[in-house]
Amino acid sequence: MYDISTLFAQLLNGLSYASTLFLVASGLALIFGVSKIVNFAHGSFYMLGAYVALTITSAMPSTSWGFWGGVLLSALIVGLIGCLIEMTVLRRIYSAPEVFQILVTFGLVLVFQNLIYEFWGPDEVLAPRVPGLKGAASIFGERIPQYSLALIFVGPIFLGLLWWLTHRTRWGRLIRAATQDREMVASLGVNQKTLFTVVFFLGTFLAGLAGALQIPKESANLQMDINIVVEAFVIVVIGGMGSILGAFLAAVLVGVINAFGVLFFPQAVSVLIFIVMVLVLIFRPNGLMGGRIIPQRPGDLSIDQPFRLPSKRMKLATLIVIAVLMLLPMVASSYLEVVMSEVFILAIFAGSLHFLLSVGGIVSFGHAAYFGLGSYAAALVATRLGLPMGVGILAAILSGAAGGLLFGWFCTRLKGVYLAMLTLAFAQILFTLSIQMVSFTGGDNGIVGLSRPAWLNSHTGYYYLSLLAVTVSTWLMRRALYSPFGFAFRAGRDSAPRSAAIGMNVARIQWAAFIVSGAFAGLAGALMAYHRGSVFPNDFGVSTTVDALVMVLVGGVQSISGPLIGAFAYHIVAVELIRNLADYWRLILGLFIIAFVLGMPQGIVGAFMHRFGKGEK
Amino acid sequence: MTIPLLEVTGLNAAYGQAQILFDMNLQVRPNEVVAIMGRNGAGKSTTFKALMGHLKNRSGSVKLRGESIEKLPVYQIARRGLGFVPEDRRIFSDLTVLENLDLGRQPPREGAAEWTVETLLDVFPNLAAMPNRPGSDMSGGEQQMLTIARTLMGNPYLVLLDEPSEGVAPVIVERLAKLILELKAKGLTILLSEQNLSFAAALADRAYVLDRGHIVFEGTMAELSANEAVCRAYLTM
Repeated sequence: MYDISTLFAQLLNGLSYASTLFLVASGLALIFGVSKIVNFAHGSFYMLGAYVALTITSAMPSTSWGFWGGVLLSALIVGLIGCLIEMTVLRRIYSAPEVFQILVTFGLVLVFQNLIYEFWGPDEVLAPRVPGLKGAASIFGERIPQYSLALIFVGPIFLGLLWWLTHRTRWGRLIRAATQDREMVASLGVNQKTLFTVVFFLGTFLAGLAGALQIPKESANLQMDINIVVEAFVIVVIGGMGSILGAFLAAVLVGVINAFGVLFFPQAVSVLIFIVMVLVLIFRPNGLMGGRIIPQRPGDLSIDQPFRLPSKRMKLATLIVIAVLMLLPMVASSYLEVVMSEVFILAIFAGSLHFLLSVGGIVSFGHAAYFGLGSYAAALVATRLGLPMGVGILAAILSGAAGGLLFGWFCTRLKGVYLAMLTLAFAQILFTLSIQMVSFTGGDNGIVGLSRPAWLNSHTGYYYLSLLAVTVSTWLMRRALYSPFGFAFRAGRDSAPRSAAIGMNVARIQWAAFIVSGAFAGLAGALMAYHRGSVFPNDFGVSTTVDALVMVLVGGVQSISGPLIGAFAYHIVAVELIRNLADYWRLILGLFIIAFVLGMPQGIVGAFMHRFGKGEK
Repeated sequence: MTIPLLEVTGLNAAYGQAQILFDMNLQVRPNEVVAIMGRNGAGKSTTFKALMGHLKNRSGSVKLRGESIEKLPVYQIARRGLGFVPEDRRIFSDLTVLENLDLGRQPPREGAAEWTVETLLDVFPNLAAMPNRPGSDMSGGEQQMLTIARTLMGNPYLVLLDEPSEGVAPVIVERLAKLILELKAKGLTILLSEQNLSFAAALADRAYVLDRGHIVFEGTMAELSANEAVCRAYLTM
């Protein structure tokens, strides 16, 4: 075991990291509190702070003043960029459904990644040590860098400053009041726009500051953004959305767990943190310090028209499309067959998300979990057990369903943003496990060498299999949509209290939907695994979830054909972008997502319906 | 005749596809207390939300002191001197009484009564007894008082008072009635919505009766009280 001095040193390290976490999380909490925007791009401001500080501190004289002045200046620059983004982009989406907001901020993540890559290049950069704090202090015989010790005080200092700001100034009280009820604040004559911009400045300033302060400890790299933002989400959720004190307590908790976790469970540190989050949410669904927040929006997704049964014309059109797709291999190149197979598989995945999101109003922000469970189940069955593809696919469907069974049990206890964050947490747990359990999952290298039976080995064969799968899956999900179960699920979306009042167990119905959705996502994962012949941790990754979300939204949430058309449009765009614009695809894709949500929130199918009158769904 | 303080002409309002208000016309003159009466769902709260700009889906003209406000955002409407006391009170439960009052503060307005924390605490002695109590620890009646006081901190010309007697103990309702008369005596103009005829009768000069979004009666409070047919048909007795 470890002696007490090692443990104490680790505690100090944990507290030092907690300061960084607190700065990021408090900014996130402030922004969420007032604007109700789940700012996925918050980590990007942190990363930007680190890179800007690298440039600025190296241009400043290498004295204490030079360093600390440079850090503050960098944070200010980041805050101003934050202001600019608030005024140009985010201001337009304050009354949009959560899932649109998350997507727009994820678009910003991509844009930032690409721009930072352009400006600073792909290499990791470490800052020189801080003038005046270069040495290490000896505490009970353990040597701890002076800079880390100094950072410990930054967290409490900013907690004090923020407390003073929010309790002792009128502006701060306005922030607290707006966190609870921004409509009422407007009724008292307060211009919300200014308030939002200032809060966004403050929040991104804090993120930039945290990033700038981190550079002497950790080299700046292009993965910083997602890593920190997921941790910051966890902290904000544990602490209670919008609570600064809660964020501080949670940051200390997470920082310390992190530090000790490294000693005792080096393989499972991040899993440990997610487990803490799950436990907190089960016992305190609003987080440690979360209060009652008055919802400002009527519904989550504005589905103002019910799904309609297809007309004869629509059925005919569907048959024609299927017939055309069946004949396509006669004229298509094998490259097109490959791309179209992927479109079909992704359409199943997007359809499974659509089922939860549009039909049930459940923002599954970790939908990749089920996709990855499917792909890994198939890969493990095929490579470890050597069983045939049919068994692999069955195992994948069961794994996806089992994932829905387990995660759905937790998630259906929560609502809204908390639910979305919990689904994200589950996906991140699996993502981390898939990287860390190297002997079982192959770690970063994934699992390769899945082979298909001979009759499916050709691109044409696999094309037909995928087409069959997407047709059957869509038909089944459509059946479910119009079944009593589907009606009940939709009723729960539109009004949970009223559904409960007529005797429905809303949580149970949603739980069942998680299982159904998980099964289809698992199927998609397996088909993709056999299609590529390999699986990778990114199958569980945030970007996989975002892909599916974008497909659903590109297609439009209000129709069953939405995910199919979305998968087609999005995948073709993505494939072509990566092929032709290798260095800029993230930038273009990010801008595409932002522009799409701002310009065509009802999706392609929705826009089409809107344009051509009533039409079918 | 003086020009009306508030003049509403042809107001229509809807939630999504469902139209709630139909061609509503109403006027409030300076220092009047006017009641909008009607049953649940008649459109009283919707009227206030539409006037205040919370409900975007509306048409028609709203003039405050002769100035059109129907196209302004909520906070601008508030800054022109229209105060709003919503029916569910909506105290900032995290903030104390004094902090709540402070957030309502706006510069003094020419031609409107000027309020300060001190003068308000005189009028609301029970709030004066608990200056540092957080909103979450207050009773419904106390919260109602605080919301009214908070709105007055903005020195409004006119206050929209949405069902002040709703869900408040009878003894507090009496106190509220006295208070509203006191505010009127100090020169405040009030448009209030109410289901309770006797409460309104004690306070209001004139009344409009709403039924399913249409104004079905308009007259002095005395005329309304005397008109048994209207009362029976449209009000809860």
